[in-house]
Amino acid sequence: MAEGLVIVGGSYAALHMAQGARENGYGEAIRLISDEPWLPYQRPPLSKGFLAGKIERDALALKGEAFYRDNGIEVLLETRVSAIDRQARTVTTAAGANLRYDGLGLALGARPRLLKIAGADLDGVFYLRSLADTLALRERLARPLSIVVIGGGFIGLEVAASLATLGHRVSVVEALERLMARVLPPVLSDFMAQMHRGRGVEVRLSAGVQEIKGDGAGRVASVLCSDGSELAADIVVAGIGVVPETGLAAAAGLACRDGILVDDAARTADPAIVAAGDCVRYPSAFTPDPCRLESVQNASDQGRAAGAALAGKPQAYRAVPWFWSDQYECKLQMAGLSPGHDRLALRGAMAGGRFSLFYFRAGRLVAVDTVNRPGEHLLGRKLLAAGASLTPEQAADESFDLKALLAA
Amino acid sequence: MVIYQLKDGSERRVDVPAGHSVMLGAVQNDLPGIDAECGGCCACGTCHVYVDPAHYGRLPAVEAMEDDLLSGVAAGRQATSRLSCQITMTPALDGLVVRMPERQG
Repeated sequence: MAEGLVIVGGSYAALHMAQGARENGYGEAIRLISDEPWLPYQRPPLSKGFLAGKIERDALALKGEAFYRDNGIEVLLETRVSAIDRQARTVTTAAGANLRYDGLGLALGARPRLLKIAGADLDGVFYLRSLADTLALRERLARPLSIVVIGGGFIGLEVAASLATLGHRVSVVEALERLMARVLPPVLSDFMAQMHRGRGVEVRLSAGVQEIKGDGAGRVASVLCSDGSELAADIVVAGIGVVPETGLAAAAGLACRDGILVDDAARTADPAIVAAGDCVRYPSAFTPDPCRLESVQNASDQGRAAGAALAGKPQAYRAVPWFWSDQYECKLQMAGLSPGHDRLALRGAMAGGRFSLFYFRAGRLVAVDTVNRPGEHLLGRKLLAAGASLTPEQAADESFDLKALLAA
Repeated sequence: MVIYQLKDGSERRVDVPAGHSVMLGAVQNDLPGIDAECGGCCACGTCHVYVDPAHYGRLPAVEAMEDDLLSGVAAGRQATSRLSCQITMTPALDGLVVRMPERQG
């Protein structure tokens, strides 16, 4: 046992794997291999505060250099892994180097789903995933522009909010009939649409995109919608979902199904290999079937569990999933997983812009979404973790003390 | 400079640049006791600190969102509780003293 750990990835899951291994007493070498040029950094601000210029680059680092030094974590940047040899227990880099491992952590993340329409390769079409993406977009924002955002999900709407706040003319084109349809109920989708429209953003729903037209010199000029209408565009930002990075794992013979399959302690079927984060599908107490989550929380908590497994101290990962999105002055926070709910209760008044939605399935609380009520978000996470009994009527009654459910 | 009082009773003095938050100063210098799960956008309540009472009055007032979140912090809110992600360093705050709570999550 002298080769140590190799962790492939350079973001939340990778960092937390390394930290989780050390916290559980792992004493051999740890090497973290990232294809990016920067140490692990915060991603959520890339579509929010960092895009809007409110946060500067040196504030994005997840840990200072001292952390890696003090914890004996060697980071190899700008290094791409091209293959895993499970028999030999080596990974091969694109430059041809072979690194041996005793334990391997895969934190491969996900990549943006690409537009498959004519004009998708024109200059001025952007995706947002990495710091490099946001830096490239930021460089183009010096003057007021017409910007078309394709996709009305988390990334699309955060980008729309950030850019509208900066004074750009923004349109959002969403293929489904409402915004954030994958994660929000209609009542919240409508709330979000109204908010964006109130800020001057043109929100087009049930709208397909046919083609991105160029100006004849290779640059974006407009977006042609399926209904024949055309939106002038200097910049197009596409936020149409991500695809989990499973290629490396699948090529090594690890089972994948829209995500690398792991157990509840983040272990693959190979006892030497764990995986965590956006690239993973795992059995969750919060969904009937194994699920794949795209979030900081999942990457961090599952990464910790994966690190513990690498240290020989596996622990079940059962944390309540949570997510957030900041758009304008709206802080939307989600705890638990609401899809599949059969009842929902509103706590507070939507018109006031501060309220919560409690979701129930078969009489049990399954999720809590809050708007500008971060304290109730924390409370919601605790209620879900405790499996607290709560009725929709109690949830809707603001005089009912939710905290009392935890004390009992 | 910010003086952080850690849970083990020791003290760490960190030069936190103006414009950076007290949370960031702790995280980027790997001080134990501040988790900052959300990275500083006032969403998670895991960068809670107790500001030294002698220094509390130097800080700008608590805004509504922070106030709401402080009601749910794990270690219990006290009179000088703040979220360190919402305290931005300025020359006027030099020498600020904050104490880490028992737990964040």
